[in-house]
Amino acid sequence: MLKRWTIVMAAVLVCGCSSMPNVQPWEKGNLAKPEMAFDPDALETRFADHTYFSKEGASGGAGVGGGGCGCN
Amino acid sequence: MHFKNFVAAACAALVASAVAAQDVGKPAPAFDLPAAGASNARLADLKGRVVYVDFWASWCAPCKQSFPWMNEMQAKYGSKGLTIVGVNVDKKREDADKFLAGTPAKFTVAFDSSGKVAEAYQPKGMPTSYLIGADGLVRLVHVGFRDKDREELEREFAAALSAAGRK
Repeated sequence: MLKRWTIVMAAVLVCGCSSMPNVQPWEKGNLAKPEMAFDPDALETRFADHTYFSKEGASGGAGVGGGGCGCN
Repeated sequence: MHFKNFVAAACAALVASAVAAQDVGKPAPAFDLPAAGASNARLADLKGRVVYVDFWASWCAPCKQSFPWMNEMQAKYGSKGLTIVGVNVDKKREDADKFLAGTPAKFTVAFDSSGKVAEAYQPKGMPTSYLIGADGLVRLVHVGFRDKDREELEREFAAALSAAGRK
């Protein structure tokens, strides 16, 4: 009984999502703005990566493990 | 059992929404939009002509590439019976005007800021274009704009014009 209810409730929940308006292809102006990109500024991303890499030390940042001296 | 029914209903709903898109061979939805010139752009006024309706936006990079080509096509086939209508879907007119200042259009440009016409045509991406024959039926739906599309589309223009007896 409980299992059946779970399924029914899940179905009702998921159906609720279908009434959410979709963003249509012609409405993606805001999504196309540069500030919506994952990496809006390539230089800043490189700085952040470099800092992260140095801080991570021996465990390595975005790449392979290093010496951990913080000098790279 | 409940679950099976639910999955079937969900699949049916998905298929129904896909079929709602504008199809080849169907009459093109009418439009009456403010245009860059003095008078509105109306599909009804273009009866008997081959119409290429291109949905574009200022934020779409391939649209920018397609404009010089559409200028060229309008110049080449305009006298033979082709009308190109670029339907802009930007929410703000200023965005479109800024784009047009840098990328001049020598064809009809209409503004669909409310998205009503886009809703009727259901373009799948930006840009999407519809080639409408002289009989008012959609002949071709084309999504995107790549260099290799130019020749194929030009062939379609020629075919549509010769079908209309305007070779």
